[in-house]
Amino acid sequence: MTTTTSPAPYRRPGLRRLRVLGQGPMFTVSVAVLVALVLVALLAPVLAPYDPEALDLASSLVGTGADHLLGTDQSGRDVLSRLLHGARTGLLGPLLVVTVSTLLGTLIGVVAAWRGGWADTVLSRSMDMVFAIPGLLLAILLVTVVGSGMTAPVIAMAVAYTPYVGRLVRGIARQEKARPYIEAYRVQGWSGWTVSVRHLLPNIAPTVLAQSAMNFGYALMDLAALSYLGFGVQPPTADWGAMINEGQSAVQQGAMLPALAPSACIVLAVVAFGIVGEGLADRIAKRER
Amino acid sequence: MTRYLAGRLLGLVAVLFVTSVVVFGALHLAPGDPVTFLLHGRPATPEAVAALRTQHHLDDPLAVQYAKWLGGVLRGDFGSSAQFHQDVAGLIASRLPGTALLVAYAALLVALIGVGSGILAALRPGPVDRTVLIGTGVATATPSFVTAIALVSLFSVQLGWFPGPGGTPAGLSQQLYHLTLPAFALALTFAGLLARVTRSAMLDELGREHVEVARARGVAERTVVRRHVLRNALGPVVTVGGTMLAGLLISTSIVETAFDVPGLGSLLVASVTAQDFAVVQAITLLSVAAFVLVNLAVDLLAPLIDPRLSLHGEGSS
Repeated sequence: MTTTTSPAPYRRPGLRRLRVLGQGPMFTVSVAVLVALVLVALLAPVLAPYDPEALDLASSLVGTGADHLLGTDQSGRDVLSRLLHGARTGLLGPLLVVTVSTLLGTLIGVVAAWRGGWADTVLSRSMDMVFAIPGLLLAILLVTVVGSGMTAPVIAMAVAYTPYVGRLVRGIARQEKARPYIEAYRVQGWSGWTVSVRHLLPNIAPTVLAQSAMNFGYALMDLAALSYLGFGVQPPTADWGAMINEGQSAVQQGAMLPALAPSACIVLAVVAFGIVGEGLADRIAKRER
Repeated sequence: MTRYLAGRLLGLVAVLFVTSVVVFGALHLAPGDPVTFLLHGRPATPEAVAALRTQHHLDDPLAVQYAKWLGGVLRGDFGSSAQFHQDVAGLIASRLPGTALLVAYAALLVALIGVGSGILAALRPGPVDRTVLIGTGVATATPSFVTAIALVSLFSVQLGWFPGPGGTPAGLSQQLYHLTLPAFALALTFAGLLARVTRSAMLDELGREHVEVARARGVAERTVVRRHVLRNALGPVVTVGGTMLAGLLISTSIVETAFDVPGLGSLLVASVTAQDFAVVQAITLLSVAAFVLVNLAVDLLAPLIDPRLSLHGEGSS
């Protein structure tokens, strides 16, 4: 048995405390929450009782009731319908960020570990550079030039998250590369590329998956912050971050739900992704021990 | 030590150089003519166009443009704001005190709440510990703008204890009163994290032999905790706390927007909306500089507080 432990996925320190909740029933509950979120996002047009963008100024800020389960916002739009539709943009953005950063980070990490030497130095230093620039600032800079919308924040966040995956993959890939089975394949004359794709990747995939689950939560939080600032999805499209922004003035008039309901959704999703990511990471760590 | 320091400084200069290239180059990423972008709908009088071309050295080759811009930046000349028709450096100087006060206030809260609840959790296993764990778990998963909304709805609208967003307070005490909710909104996430770090650092120390020995010698529990546990646990707390200072700086843009605080963060957000590019460039560059400088300062200061974190260990990784 080898005693080497793989480098643990990078955890934004903030969510580490969720770890205690990662084992046991909370993991199952969190998976259920995530499945429900995906279903809601897919079925939003069927589930939503109203058109999320239909204005009805006559019924502005109506409280909870049989007509509107979660009331209406300032423009008389049904909060529940906007919430359900908001799950679509809320999940689509992080999905793009995580997909791009996972693919790009894995490629960079494997190449850096496999090639070593100057390629490793250049790639590692470049990742250090990107690490030093906060993702939020990168997004703000890009939004200034390209304009608001989903594109600039998603591109900026994908770039900002790539080194998290890249560093992790480089670390595990270096350890895997030193193991005898890789050497055995090489002696048999397999090309580096074939060995990487067929044998290295499947072995590092679980750890990368755990990291991606955690990144999904962080990206959701970051993108929601950007759309709260008005740089993300543009009105009247339903989006949780934007809903909080629009609901702010209503809060001061005593109508809490238009802003608090999307707030609760964001926190719920972030916590669930954190617990699932931590749970996966712990399961992998246990299996390797 | 000198070699380590030289390496770190070199890395810092490299990061700042790359950031400056990105911040400068962003202008040329804009679709279409840079002048059209810089005008942003303002009337394109020949004078305005000529002024912009001169300000951004647009008639020079790209490398010369960059060199001239960087030369200006190094002399503290960030150009002029299209939105406020004012010198960017002056504009930033006028907004800095508001942000500095907010960050200082929030940092104080992070230290008090974070370290305080961390110590409490470590010393009181059971229900108290579990409550702190769950509380910090929720706190760190809650973005600052969500905390802001929750605080306003509870303490401003329902209870009326604190003023809501907006308002221009006069005098330091009024200013601090107005900044209380924003500071809490900014601090909560970071306090949750610091509480966790404090708790685990304390638990690590509590299990050590020297603590057992001190207790066996009959040293009072208070003294054991203060002199033998807390002092040794301070190292990681300071390291993490210092890095959080940089994070606080970045998060101010969100909290200042939520509470209408006239600071650098809200200036940045307003400038993005107005496509006031010179201001965005300046604040981005200064923020990254502050971010890397604070991180370097923390790495250099940590060994002074906890000599076990000597710099020699750093080179091995």
